[in-house]
Amino acid sequence: MASIDGAILDFKRLDLLASGDTGLHRLDARAKVLVTAVFVLLVISHDRYELSALFPFFIFPAAMIAAGNLPFSYIARKILLLCPFVIVVGIFNPLIDRTIMLQAGPLAISGGWLSFFSIIIRSILTVGSAFILLALTGFPGVCQALEQLGMPRPFAVQLLFLYRYIFVLTEEGGRAARARQLRSCGNKGMGIKSFGTLIGHLLLRTWQRAERVHIAMLSRGFDGSFHSGRRSSFGRRELFFVAGWSLVLIFMRTTNLTQIIGSIVTGRLN
Amino acid sequence: MSHHIVELKELRHIYPDGTVALDGVTFTITHGESVGIIGANGAGKSTLLLHLNGYLVPTSGEISIGHTPITKETLPEIRRTVGLVFQDPDDQLFMPTVFDDVAFGPFNLGLSGAAVEERVTSALAKVDAGHLREKPPYHLSGGEKKRVAIATVLSMEPDILVMDEPTNGLDPFARRQLMGLMKEFHHTKIFTSHDLDMVMELCDRVIVLGHGRVRADGAPAEIFSNQQLLTECRLEKPLSMQGCPVCGK
Repeated sequence: MASIDGAILDFKRLDLLASGDTGLHRLDARAKVLVTAVFVLLVISHDRYELSALFPFFIFPAAMIAAGNLPFSYIARKILLLCPFVIVVGIFNPLIDRTIMLQAGPLAISGGWLSFFSIIIRSILTVGSAFILLALTGFPGVCQALEQLGMPRPFAVQLLFLYRYIFVLTEEGGRAARARQLRSCGNKGMGIKSFGTLIGHLLLRTWQRAERVHIAMLSRGFDGSFHSGRRSSFGRRELFFVAGWSLVLIFMRTTNLTQIIGSIVTGRLN
Repeated sequence: MSHHIVELKELRHIYPDGTVALDGVTFTITHGESVGIIGANGAGKSTLLLHLNGYLVPTSGEISIGHTPITKETLPEIRRTVGLVFQDPDDQLFMPTVFDDVAFGPFNLGLSGAAVEERVTSALAKVDAGHLREKPPYHLSGGEKKRVAIATVLSMEPDILVMDEPTNGLDPFARRQLMGLMKEFHHTKIFTSHDLDMVMELCDRVIVLGHGRVRADGAPAEIFSNQQLLTECRLEKPLSMQGCPVCGK
């Protein structure tokens, strides 16, 4: 639990990054959300065995990290955190799909391995771009952009509340787990049973907190609708950003750049 | 300035589980008074505060703010008049950034644009938190959270400030800072606290609650010198009124 606690603390850093002041940070959030959506859609639209055509897509996250002045190792660590889950998703592919797709000298590579690596590359690209979007825009900015792009308001509000209280809840859960651990003296405590009541208590406390938050909202005249003073405009810069990146990404989707570069290089060598 | 008067008549509140939290509370607080409500845990302090802005409805008895009884129709006005600051600032700060949170009340009052901006800036300046305006609440320290929580209420320009345990969990510096802040608020102040030294310093009137009833109501010096009352209500003299721990004088 302590490590989850730590991971959440580390997650807060993503938020701090969003207060940066580069050209990318100042861009209207809608532009960044749109380009990231195009990027994710194009990446996942590739054939399941596709590997080489995916590599050029690394240009997008690389460019964002460089232009947004983001710490590469931090983002990489965040992505690594998800890798175990991705590996579990793809691990059976090499066992099930044994058709040989590629012969690299004496090494025969089956379709299963190709699709396995394809899944990993795709996850790194899509998850990475989502993290980068958050680090450049911040969660509230992303929610507001989604709302301006047509997502119903209640969803946006739900997401904001989720984000606001996830930190409070994990801290509360972390404290409860620590209290249990300290009193179980290195043994298993009462095993899984004690976790049951612990989670039950957490739920009840969440309930009570929700009630108190609601009182706080009512005390300040809440009548069911949210107002926001934030103004941002979708100007020419945003238009260029969206159009430019969309064209580049669509070009990369329709032409296999890796293959072209490969044939140029091998052509020269011959 | 009659709209600052808080009047309670025989207020009773029984929770659905049968607990009698308030059992006939009567008092009147007039404009500009600074009142400390003290009492043991479970004496009914928090329940009382939640009645002041109409969140809880009394089982019987009457409550009026500025001669306006609290009803469904008068609730919005009552809630603007009475600013309630919670014990746990995490309950009070629910918006993504400090600015959004402080602007929440003014927006709900129907203000917009420059007027909201002005209210937010002035409320944050009052609590010395102007530099925090773009930060998310979970990046703030306890003292900062508390000050911002007060700003969220000040931005609605309430006539009566109600606070639940304002100095709870603050370090000595943050506590002093908060007390200075409260001294500057010249309208009616009502707060509950176990910090008796703060009550001694800030209040000109103390109401002692015990088992849902008003046990005493008077000047702090008078209340805190009544040893029998203090013992019965599980209280004690403020440290500043007790002898020196070294020489005993």
